[in-house]
Amino acid sequence: MATDSAARAARVPRARRAGTGRWTELVLVLAAVGLAVFGYVEVGVNLDGKAPPDAAQYGAALGVLALLAHGAVRWRARWADPLLLPIAVLLNGIGLVVIYRLDRNPGSAAAPTQLLWSTLGVGLFTAVLLLLRDHRRLQRYAYVGAFVALVLLVLPVFFPPVYGSRIWITLGPLSFQPGEFAKVLLAVFFAAYLAAHRDALALTGRKVLWFRLPLGRVLGPVLLIWAAFVGVLVLETDLGTSLLFFGLFVVMLYVATARTGWIVIGLLLSALAAVGVGWLSPHVHSRVTEWLHPLASIEAGQGANQIAQSLFAFAWGGQLGTGLGLGHSALIGFATKSDFILATVGEELGLTGLFAVLLLYALLVARGFKAGIALRDPFGRLLAIGLAALVAIQVFVVAGGVLDLIPLTGMTLPFIAQGGSSVVTNWIIVALLVRMSDLARRPVPEEDA
Amino acid sequence: MSTTGRRAGTFCVLLIVALAVQATRVQVFQKHDLDHNSANQRATIQRYAQPRGNLLVAGQPVTGSAPTGGRYAYKRTYTDGALYAPVTGYSSQTYGNTQLEGIHDDLLSGTDPRLAGWAVWDAVTRQQQPGGDVATTIDPAAQRAAMQGLGNQKGAVAAIEPATGRILALASTPGYDPGTFAGTSAADQNAWKKLQDDPDQPMLNRALRQIYPPGSTFKVVTAAAALANGVVTDIEAPTDAPYPYVMPGTTTPLNNDTGACDRAGLSLDEAMTLSCNSVMGYLGVQTGLDRMTAMAKNFGFNDARLDTPVRAARSNFDTEMNKSQLALSSIGQYDTAATPLAMAMVAAGAAADGQVMYPQLVDKLTKADGSQVQLMHPSLYHQAFGAAVAQQLRQLMVDVVENGTGRNARIPGAEVGGKTGTAQHGVDNSGTPYAWFIAWARPAGSTAVPPVAVAVVVADSQADDVTGGGLAAPIARSVMQTVLNR
Repeated sequence: MATDSAARAARVPRARRAGTGRWTELVLVLAAVGLAVFGYVEVGVNLDGKAPPDAAQYGAALGVLALLAHGAVRWRARWADPLLLPIAVLLNGIGLVVIYRLDRNPGSAAAPTQLLWSTLGVGLFTAVLLLLRDHRRLQRYAYVGAFVALVLLVLPVFFPPVYGSRIWITLGPLSFQPGEFAKVLLAVFFAAYLAAHRDALALTGRKVLWFRLPLGRVLGPVLLIWAAFVGVLVLETDLGTSLLFFGLFVVMLYVATARTGWIVIGLLLSALAAVGVGWLSPHVHSRVTEWLHPLASIEAGQGANQIAQSLFAFAWGGQLGTGLGLGHSALIGFATKSDFILATVGEELGLTGLFAVLLLYALLVARGFKAGIALRDPFGRLLAIGLAALVAIQVFVVAGGVLDLIPLTGMTLPFIAQGGSSVVTNWIIVALLVRMSDLARRPVPEEDA
Repeated sequence: MSTTGRRAGTFCVLLIVALAVQATRVQVFQKHDLDHNSANQRATIQRYAQPRGNLLVAGQPVTGSAPTGGRYAYKRTYTDGALYAPVTGYSSQTYGNTQLEGIHDDLLSGTDPRLAGWAVWDAVTRQQQPGGDVATTIDPAAQRAAMQGLGNQKGAVAAIEPATGRILALASTPGYDPGTFAGTSAADQNAWKKLQDDPDQPMLNRALRQIYPPGSTFKVVTAAAALANGVVTDIEAPTDAPYPYVMPGTTTPLNNDTGACDRAGLSLDEAMTLSCNSVMGYLGVQTGLDRMTAMAKNFGFNDARLDTPVRAARSNFDTEMNKSQLALSSIGQYDTAATPLAMAMVAAGAAADGQVMYPQLVDKLTKADGSQVQLMHPSLYHQAFGAAVAQQLRQLMVDVVENGTGRNARIPGAEVGGKTGTAQHGVDNSGTPYAWFIAWARPAGSTAVPPVAVAVVVADSQADDVTGGGLAAPIARSVMQTVLNR
């Protein structure tokens, strides 16, 4: 512990110099709200020649929500990373603006609903900060959480499929994707389990060929739970979520054990699963074909498929974009507001706007990892890293799909895409990261311990 | 765990960097190909997002744009579509753009860089310019006279202002209304299909894009070549043309349509007035292949790139022939074939002292506010012969109208020169002959360059007496009279 106190002594003056960062956060949050309002006005000016009458309402609502969240951080997590909340506000604001713009295409109006879900998300963000004073308490509920997550994942099997996937629970006008909630619970379970068993996982085991395989009794439970998840997902043909869980699993296992053998096993398992699913499911097979040859249907005289339409949208945007409202997103077809919303960002804000959005995600992910690395408890470390990795992988899977970098799997872009369960879940993720960054950056333990 | 955490973090950020790289590929490097993919509707949507610029006749638009309420916001309309279709071509959301609508499409649809106020700023703001206008050289009265003259016969008229080469009328029948298939509806598609399936080819621009054997109207070219090269010096003097004229290398005499031609030593003037094949065939051979080819070339023959700016079909005069073939070609038979435009250029050359001007259908290009983008200037195509030869040619043509086969073209109070033609065609000349007439006219007593030259062809007419003088000359007269009365 001698090194620990020395490090603490060295850290105190630097942290004091830096301050808590709350004023920085306030300025950034207000700037984020301002940017969103600017976006609303641009939509109105480009489409109607004047600022939309409800821009003020949207701006005010977003502003109130953002200030509420900022207040909660100020009150209960005053040492938190000042970048996390502004990034979440800005991404959510961009999402609301783009959905608001897409409401102008024929179809249902989704922006008011999305604003409602955002409100709920900020409410939960605040609730997490107020109720969860120390993330380590989550460790106790790891197994309960895993069970709840499994139930959530199985439930949609009893509901009618939407676009070929059984991933929705529909109750009257409400519908949500339990997979979104389940991923947080799963990250908590992985973090707790790996924190408890990482020594056994890392240090014991038989050497086979040139790497060390873990003991069956340690690996067993993990594999069992993982297989249960993947099995359910395959039944529901929700590839995106399967890929997300799998990536999360491999990343957390590697971080916990530092064993590259895990990566090899992970890649082998994923290759097996991919070949197996690709073989069994025509749905997956056609997506792989479309990924490799996105323009083939045009040459065959069948017109552009959705990937081709997405690429057309990105290309039309070029480097500077057409401007909000001036693109032709209606050509993309269904899922324009959810899975394919990034294509509209690319078309109307251009490569420049797309880079800005990707940079926001990269910053969010990097700040999550930073908090994780700075934490000293293994559970917190793994949880922060796991949550940050969740965001990164989900962004990669959905954006890579619509950009034709990888096969399309159909997922929601965090914060931006339309979808209540997605927005709410991501606000919870940010709340947990804020909570953990608060502990990671707190300079003097005596102050709050 | 901090080392592995850092590595995992780097990996996650690299995932996002990979997305940025892919986005750059798509949005920068593949942009051009994707934007121009046939299945990508964006370029078409943008093209029709605003009203199209107009084609003007005598300063008045003959086109318009109507809001559709559909994905393609505006479609083309035509105020008098069938009348001006041979001039405008068509602009269809489904079938593309042709002729002036196609050639000046960038200007009309607003993408021509010359329309931009400040190119760099407009590129940044992606501001779309309003479409510019194309002012044509067409004289609406002459155009109407030409179309009415043709009526429901199959044929074409090209009228030119000899001094400048400006095209005053360009008519083709049967015609079509380009407004009937400008949009994307089922009705548009049916109209298009019906036009495509019509055996009479209503969408063929016969004045510019169809070649016909010119028959005896080509004798003006032969006469010009003979005079310009000194084969004949005095049009009144007897020539040494024999009768019968047996074509060199054969035993076949070149027959005449009228017995008045059947004697030796006719003068050039008599031969032209009576349209004697034997004399003109003989004179063509005396002039020689090279000099005949050179003279034909002056009027646009053998030019595959004659642009008005709408490109005319290539009129043909063979460059390799034996003498008997040359004799036939010299009276507009064998492989000789001409567009009405080229034959109008022949008449215009005679009218303008041998200066054959580039035929020109567009006066100027303007921005939507009327400010000038480009002004077209008359330019010389070829100096075909000198003023003295032109004077002799005009005398020959006047005599045709005054005393010969072209009497139907006479206009009171005007000096008219012309030449008839009746071209046989089909297997063993079984088809209805093509009736031709080329002419120019100026007010009586005037010595200025005649204000109008015209070529008329009537093909496959239902009339009993198919001759150039009977069918085509009255149409030419009506067009010329309209211009003279202006």
